[in-house]
Parts: sequence; C-alpha cells; structure tokens
Amino acid sequence: MEKFSYDNSIVKKFSYATMTFALVGMLAGLWIALELAFPSLNVARWVNFGRLRPLHTNAIIFAFVGNAMFTGIYYSLQRLLKARMASDLLSNIHFWGWQLIIVCAAITLPLGMTSSKEYAELEWWIDIMIAVVWVIFGWNMFATILKRRVQHLYVAIWFYIATFVTVAVLHIFNSLAVPVDFTKSYSLFAGVQDALIQWWYGHNAVAFFLTTPFLGLMYYFVPKAANRPVYSYRLSIIHFWTLIFLYIWAGPHHLLYTSLPDWAQSLGVVFSIMLLMPSWGGMLNGLLTLRGAWDKVREDPVLKFMVVALTAYGMSTFEGPMLSLKSVNMISHFTDWTVAHVHVGGLGWNGMMTFGMLYFIFPRIFGTKLFSVKLANTHFWLATLGILFWTIPMYWAGFVQGLMWQEFKPDGNLEYEFIDTVAQLKPMYMLRSLGGLIYLTGAVIGIINLMKTAYSGKLIKNEEVEAPALTPHTESNEGWHRVIERKPVRMLIFSLIVILIGGVVEIMPTIMIESNVPTIAEVKPYSPLELEGRDLYIREGCNNCHSQMIRPLRFETKRYGEYSKAGEFVYDHPHLWGSKRTGPDLQREGGKRGDSWHYTHFLNPTQMEEKSIMPSYDFLIEEDLYLGRLKSKIGALRSIGVPYPEGFEEDAERLVSVQAKQIAGNIIGDLFKVKGDQKEKAIESLSKKEVVAMIAYLQRLGTDIKVKEHE
Amino acid sequence: MLKYIKNHMTSIDGIEIYPIISLVIFTTFFAVILWKVFSLRKSEITKLENTPFD
Repeated sequence: MEKFSYDNSIVKKFSYATMTFALVGMLAGLWIALELAFPSLNVARWVNFGRLRPLHTNAIIFAFVGNAMFTGIYYSLQRLLKARMASDLLSNIHFWGWQLIIVCAAITLPLGMTSSKEYAELEWWIDIMIAVVWVIFGWNMFATILKRRVQHLYVAIWFYIATFVTVAVLHIFNSLAVPVDFTKSYSLFAGVQDALIQWWYGHNAVAFFLTTPFLGLMYYFVPKAANRPVYSYRLSIIHFWTLIFLYIWAGPHHLLYTSLPDWAQSLGVVFSIMLLMPSWGGMLNGLLTLRGAWDKVREDPVLKFMVVALTAYGMSTFEGPMLSLKSVNMISHFTDWTVAHVHVGGLGWNGMMTFGMLYFIFPRIFGTKLFSVKLANTHFWLATLGILFWTIPMYWAGFVQGLMWQEFKPDGNLEYEFIDTVAQLKPMYMLRSLGGLIYLTGAVIGIINLMKTAYSGKLIKNEEVEAPALTPHTESNEGWHRVIERKPVRMLIFSLIVILIGGVVEIMPTIMIESNVPTIAEVKPYSPLELEGRDLYIREGCNNCHSQMIRPLRFETKRYGEYSKAGEFVYDHPHLWGSKRTGPDLQREGGKRGDSWHYTHFLNPTQMEEKSIMPSYDFLIEEDLYLGRLKSKIGALRSIGVPYPEGFEEDAERLVSVQAKQIAGNIIGDLFKVKGDQKEKAIESLSKKEVVAMIAYLQRLGTDIKVKEHE
Repeated sequence: MLKYIKNHMTSIDGIEIYPIISLVIFTTFFAVILWKVFSLRKSEITKLENTPFD
C-alpha cells in the first residue's frame, strides 16, 4: 500500500472562479438582454450590445463553464487514477494563467479589440496565451495519467483526453491570423473558407468544450451521486467513439442556404442527423443509471440538478439535428430560435450540471454537510423556472419572426417591414430578461449556500488516501479496447485520428480546390477608407446583430436584393456573415440610402426608424479616424493574398482623404445649411471622423454585383 | 440518402467520392466498435464500471 494525497486546493480555486464568473457572465447576459428590451441601456460605447455580447458569450463559455470543467476534472481525475496531480506547480500555473486570460478578455472586448469570429473573438496574443495554458493543462493531465495507480482508464477520462486534443486542434486552426499590431489582426482565411473554418470551430467548441468534458463529468458524478455504476459501460464505449467521430463533421449545418458549396451543406446535415444517436445514447445511459434510485432523486439536490441537466442535454441534442434540416433551418436561422436552443444547452446542461457537481464536491472537500438542502432545492426550482421563462419566449420569438419574414401579400410584396418584426419581439425580450433574472437569483442563492458550506467546514487541502502501487501488466489475451485505454498516449493519438478524419474530409476540398469558390471579375479589394470602415464595423461588433448573407430564398431576395455569391467574399478577412438578425441584413446595403441618411441614423437611429432598438453611435461622429495603422493593415492583407499593388500603401492616405471628402460633402450638403468657406471647413472637419469611414464601407457593401447588373 | 447527397454535389468534379468515403469509413468504424464492445467479457465490464467506487 502506498500513501498519498489528493490536491483539493486546486479544486477549491477553480470552483471559486466558477462561481465568480457565473455571476459575471450571467450579469452581462442579463444586461444585454435588457438592452434589447430597453435600448436606452446602451449607455456607453464600452457596454453597447455589440461589444458586450461577445463578453457575455466568452465569460459563460470560457470563464464559467471552463472553470467548472477544470473543477470537475481536477476532482475526478485524481480519484479515478488514484494519484495526486503530477505537478502542483503546473496546476497552479494552469489556474492563474486561465484567470489572466479571462481578465485580458474582459478588458479587450469592451475596448473593441476583437477578431469578430464568434466564440473566438479574442485577439491573437490572447489566443497564444490560451494555447500555452491549454498545453500546460494537458501536460499535467497526461503526466498524472502516466503515474496512476490503476490499470485502466475509466470512460470519463477518455472524454477529458478527447476534449484536450480536439480543442487544441480547433483553437489553433481557427485562430490563424496575421497580426497588424497588438490590438488588431486579420484572419488568415477569407470569405467562404473563413466561414467554414469558423463554424467547424464554432460547432465543435460546443461539442468539445461544452459537451465532451461535461459528459466525462456526468460519467463520474452521476454514478457517484446515485451510488451505483453507470447503466451500461458498453454503451459508454460506443457513445464515446461515435460521438467524437460524428460531431466534427456537422459544422456546415450553421451555414445552410449560404454561399457554402451545396455538397458541404448536405454533408453537414446528414452527419447532424446521425449525431442524434450517440447523443441520446449518452443521455439515456445517464438517466438509466438512476433506475431503481428515483427515490434518491426526490431527496438529493445533486441528483435533481443532474436529472434536469441530462434532460436539457437530450432536448438540445434532439433539437440540434432538427434545426439542421433545411426546411426547419429556413425558419429558424438568424432568429432567436437559435439563441433559445443554445440556452437550453447553456442554462440547462452546463449550468445545472455545474451546480449539481459543486453541491456534490463542496461538502466533501470541506469535510462537512451541505449548509442547507432547502436552499439548494430553492435554487433548483428557480433555475428550472428560469430556464422555462428564458427559453419559451425566445422559441416563440424565433418562430414568429421567422414566419413574419416569409409572409407575402397577395400582390407579391412582403407583408411586413423588418422593423415590424422587431417591434413584435419586444415583449418576448422583456420576458426573457425576467427568465434570466430568475435563473441568476437561483445562482446567487446557490453560491451563498455553497459559501456557507465552505465556511462551516475546513478545506481538506491534502486528502490522505492509500492504494496499492500499479503492478506491471501480466494479463494476456485482453480485448483491443482495453489495450488502447491502458495506454493513454495511444488513446490520444486514436482520438486525434478519429476527429481529424471528419475535419479533413469536410474542410480540405474547399481549401484546396480553387474552383470551389468561383471568382467574380468585378469583385475588387476594399478602398483604404472602406477597409478602415470595415474595421470599425468589426470593432463595434455590428456583426452581432446584422448578417451579411442573403439566402437564395424568395422572401430574402425580395427584401434585401440579389442573393450572396461565394465569389463576393474572396477579400473578406474575416468573413462577416453573422448568425443572428436583430437588425436587417446588410449585404446589399450599398447605395440603398444616401450618406446623410446613415449619418443621421448613426447619430440617432430612432429619428430614421421610430421603432428601432439600435443604440446611438454618436461617438463615431465625434472621434477622429486613426490612420496610423493603415499602411501596415494593407501590408498585412497583401501578405495573405489580397491583391493590393506594391506601393499602394504610400498613396493610401491621399485616397482616404479624397473618398472621405466626397462623403462628407454629401452629408454637409444635405443636412447643414452652410456655404462657401464655412462649408469647406465643415467638410474638412467631418471628413476626418470615423463615421465617414463606416458609411464608406456600408455604401460599398454588395455593390460589386450591382455594377455587373448595370453593364 | 446517398442519392440525396449526390444530387447536391455539382460544384466540384469527383467530389461525390468524399461523402461516400466518409460514410464507408464511419459505417466500418461503427461496425467494428459494436462487434468489439459486445465481445467484451462481463467480468471485465463489471470491473471497469466500478472504477469510481474502488
């Protein structure tokens, strides 16, 4: 027998971070939900919806769920391997490194430093920090696995290994970018390729950051809490391999009816449908573990949370494949339906699993009893009610908006203006905020309960245990799977191969074969002013509310114009297709309205559109456009294939000035009654402002194709 | 289902081979996993599933 101890300090640290960022992430979520219902809450540029929304998603995914994942992994891994973490130092570097990344995100995102790629908004140097800290986490995990005192790796650990490997691959590929400076970079990929890589990442961030680690936690904590082994270990093996194999193919279902080649869309749909089977296999395996123990569910808050978590997992993994069907997607895409779908997973699966797990861990590491079962039950009911109040209005909103967009009058014109659909949704946005508030209240009660539990006991920093040392393997004639899972490095390589097959088949053809993206001769790189405007569009996070992707559907082309072609985006580093239309699509915005319309609209959106919920962007009119990075921006884009001629940057500032004065001239001429010298001065002054660049970009959008039509 | 995929693949020459390959890979993979999993001995399974309780 060997004596050793489990490190509970690191579990405590991650659990405290989990609770802190639960509050931060949910508060940010509540705030942006209220901003949609009450636009006057967009009080300053740093907390406008466009900048705060990525902060909310990043805080929930990487700070709240990320820290929860690490809490559970550090707790269960040591116990499943009968070994202390290999290095306390690495554990602590991992912890503090991860929190530093979160702090960097919390500072840079409100400042508008963003790559604009959903769930990967952080700038390049933070991406590098993430990669380094992630490798430290993996290193520590593998070193622990190698010094374990058990022969075989329990299924939970395979899920942790697959998480580590896949997130590393996804993060590195999707983050490839060429830096301009510390605050700005351009994605290495453009247009269709960028969108494909982004959603290959985006979909699998859900799969391998929000799902596989939590399935691992489920396979440990549900049997532990129910005090009985998992329903079917055989099913768990099938669940693991098929899930990680299939998930990676399904990314393109986020891009149905877009300019992505049809074959890739169809492939995404087929694999999404197939994904239902392993997902439900896993859910049933979890729920059936409780067979004959349902009386415990009535009494034990831990199991209550986990049952709702598994049910939510089942619902969202049923809904996912359904949403990937083209006919359903036609209604749901770009609406709040997607948002509701995500929150069944986020609030239900990740949120409930996290709190269930914390209620399990706290009494154990603090050597005490849960402070109050009653409070935990109150938390449970508030959380469950909160989920319902959150998701039902949003499903309703998505359905209503999706159908309203499609409505035609008998004369062949559209029944509703876009703004009519927005006005219709306002009550739903208010109800959703209420749901968020209820869920957050539950979380506050839960955190108080957990902290009271912690203070009523004392942290068992080093939990003393003993176990026999691992004897050399002598069994012959064992099954192949036992051989693989006995050798963790081989397990890692097998997992890597399995996830790479899908990635390669899905992505390679689009990247390698040029004919996949037909080029359009009229499509030219952005002018220097338009480029600066595009970067402002990214800074302000306009893509969080406006898509730039018109689907080839009658109700879309009638509303917005010619549908989007893959060849139109070849110079878009990154693509800005968007995934949600809180406001209308902007792909063909160029030339639709005058420069002065846009100027007034930025100053006060409700002046141009009474029911608008867009915040005022008056600061674009006050701030001077910074041109200090223009040359390096053009150089950076040229280095990744945008055909700006050599020496173009030397002339760029002059070109900016010419185009800006033209736009400023239009605005001053339309809106201000000034003449002669005064007019010249006004034009000169306005032409230096950010708003002019933004208008230049908007007026360029989608016009390449229009030019062709005129010819 | 294969026909459905094939009908949509007009944009690249010879691209139909990709989804066919992928489905073949997956079906083979799935069949092998099923066969192996069900050929595991009951005693092994019991030992493995009790890992969290040892």
